[in-house]
Amino acid sequence: MSHDVILEAVDVVKHFGDGGNWLSPKPPVQAVDGVSLKIRRGETFAIVGESGCGKSTLARLLMRLLEPTAGNVLFDGAEISHAKGAKLKRLRRDMQFIFQDPFSSLNPRMSVGKLVGEPLEVHAPDMNADDRRAKVAELLRKVGLRPEHAGRYPHEFSGGQRQRIGIARALASGPKLIIGDEPVSALDVSVQAQVINLLGDLRRDLGLTLVVIAHDLSVIRHMSDRVAVMYLGRIVEIGTAQQVFATPRHPYTQALLSAIPSMEGTSRDKKPAVQGEMPSPSDPPSGCRFHTRCPHVQPLCKSQSPKLHGQGHQVACHFWQDIAMPPTESAPPNRSDRAEARFALYRAATTGGTVIHQDKKATTERT
Amino acid sequence: MTDMPLKPAQQSRLRIFLDSDIFYMFKKSPVAILSTIVVAILVLSAVFAPLIAPTNPFDPASLNLMNGFTGPMTPNAFTGDSFLLGTDDQGRDVFSTILYGMRVSLFVGVAAVLFAMVLGITLGLISGYVGGWTETIIMRTADVQLTFPSILVAMLIFGVAKGFTPVEYRDQMAIWVLILAIGLSDWVQFARVVRGATLVEKRKEYVEAARLIGRTPFAIMLRHILPNVLSPVLVIATISLALAIIAEATLSFLGVGAPATQPSLGTLIRIGQGFLFSGEWWILLFPAVTLLVLALSVNLLGDWLRDALNPRLR
Repeated sequence: MSHDVILEAVDVVKHFGDGGNWLSPKPPVQAVDGVSLKIRRGETFAIVGESGCGKSTLARLLMRLLEPTAGNVLFDGAEISHAKGAKLKRLRRDMQFIFQDPFSSLNPRMSVGKLVGEPLEVHAPDMNADDRRAKVAELLRKVGLRPEHAGRYPHEFSGGQRQRIGIARALASGPKLIIGDEPVSALDVSVQAQVINLLGDLRRDLGLTLVVIAHDLSVIRHMSDRVAVMYLGRIVEIGTAQQVFATPRHPYTQALLSAIPSMEGTSRDKKPAVQGEMPSPSDPPSGCRFHTRCPHVQPLCKSQSPKLHGQGHQVACHFWQDIAMPPTESAPPNRSDRAEARFALYRAATTGGTVIHQDKKATTERT
Repeated sequence: MTDMPLKPAQQSRLRIFLDSDIFYMFKKSPVAILSTIVVAILVLSAVFAPLIAPTNPFDPASLNLMNGFTGPMTPNAFTGDSFLLGTDDQGRDVFSTILYGMRVSLFVGVAAVLFAMVLGITLGLISGYVGGWTETIIMRTADVQLTFPSILVAMLIFGVAKGFTPVEYRDQMAIWVLILAIGLSDWVQFARVVRGATLVEKRKEYVEAARLIGRTPFAIMLRHILPNVLSPVLVIATISLALAIIAEATLSFLGVGAPATQPSLGTLIRIGQGFLFSGEWWILLFPAVTLLVLALSVNLLGDWLRDALNPRLR
């Protein structure tokens, strides 16, 4: 367990709103409520949860875009949650962010060359214009764009290309860690895979640490080493991707996983997904925050809030041992011939070889 | 090779403009074309007044008092000189005084709008981006100022400033005081529009992205938000240019603006209206028509620009 921790959150709390005034009291929104996690150097760490569970707020807290109401964030062992001035500037160089929406996160009035060169202007002010242009060209090539794209403006690019611009911009200052807030959820499914692969390649080549926020579990499963599942501002389960996906312990994680549409169409007879809506974060339920929707709820859950416990694979549930799901098989038994052919194609594509269509049947099935 | 990527975009700036929606809409609008031509003629003739004007009306040596009150296109009874638009009481050629007067009017108008623009954009950006008490103070000041007619504000500022100027410099300073007065009475609308646009832009993710890169608030305002709030400012600037010219003429007409030694169109109208009932109508009418045409065409241009830049009105 003596892993090198690059980013650590200790009991981080973020409440929004000041409680209104005496005429109209408003309870504060408890967006993040006591989250602790350790992100190890070089890994891909994923944070998943429904919309509104506080994962974007958590990402902004880790990035020091927001100051926590309570708790600490440590980057490379140094407290950063209230960093200012030169310390903050150094932090901005070492930690970068990829936005969810590639359309609003690029200034429409700036050319791509300016956008990608901007971090260099801030963090390497001594660099002359020629060197900067050369560096921008190199960055653009690294993310799969052409250097001559530098003269164009963001509106001339597609969503996937814009996200690549965003990635090039994030890489420009030479960060050690990149946080992606739903980096692919605004993209077409076909483009998502390209961007995910790009992020994976960059992580490997540049030795980056990646933190990925997402609600799409299939994306997470593909790219992450460890996964944290969030519900209503708290982490309910942390483990390696293998542990969380194969043997989910928390009933919420189990429900999330059973909601993934299966490619074989056999998921209909699985146990039902969670019922109802997520409660309001300004008035969270007592005890375990999931008890209003949990199929296994017990009296204890309503009064006492469970702590994260366990070694490695941690879970915040009083009764996880009683409700553990049998490990799901990694390869479900009866695949149809069509599915089998499709998987063969996927495997060929992911191993990097050129896909050659064996016969006409395979071609028609792909289209 | 590092320069390569930038070149195509730079070379085709003109092409991009000629292909743009704005230029296309411009070609489609006779009003816009006509008012542009009129504004261009008036501005050029004001700028090149010394070359165009037949006489220099402010050079006493070139004036002949005998030429006073000559009607337009009619030879003077004593000297036989003929003037296109007649002469005033001191024998100054009205056409020349209009050209020189337009110079003053346009200079004051443009300078006042620029001053109001710089002031309004700065205060608007700051109040929109910073918010809190700064915003409250700036915008409440603007609200208070809006409750007074701007001409009254300008007169107040003009009067106060004049009180502080030594008597011997008053005529020289009058133009600059005028610019200050009109500019100060006009910054409010720039500030309001820029603040509104800044509030919209600051919520966009690219501003957050700039913060994440480590940009200072000053750089974010100047390099990221400002370019994105400029198009409504352009429209307001055009419309307030017409208003500033009229404000200047009003002040000068009331006798608190440009001095008689350096008359603007408003001063000329003031001088002319004294002769209206004695039959010398041309001294009043021609400067007044010039002012009307100038203000109207600038205004029409501003209106067209507002419509062209606002996609909702298309």
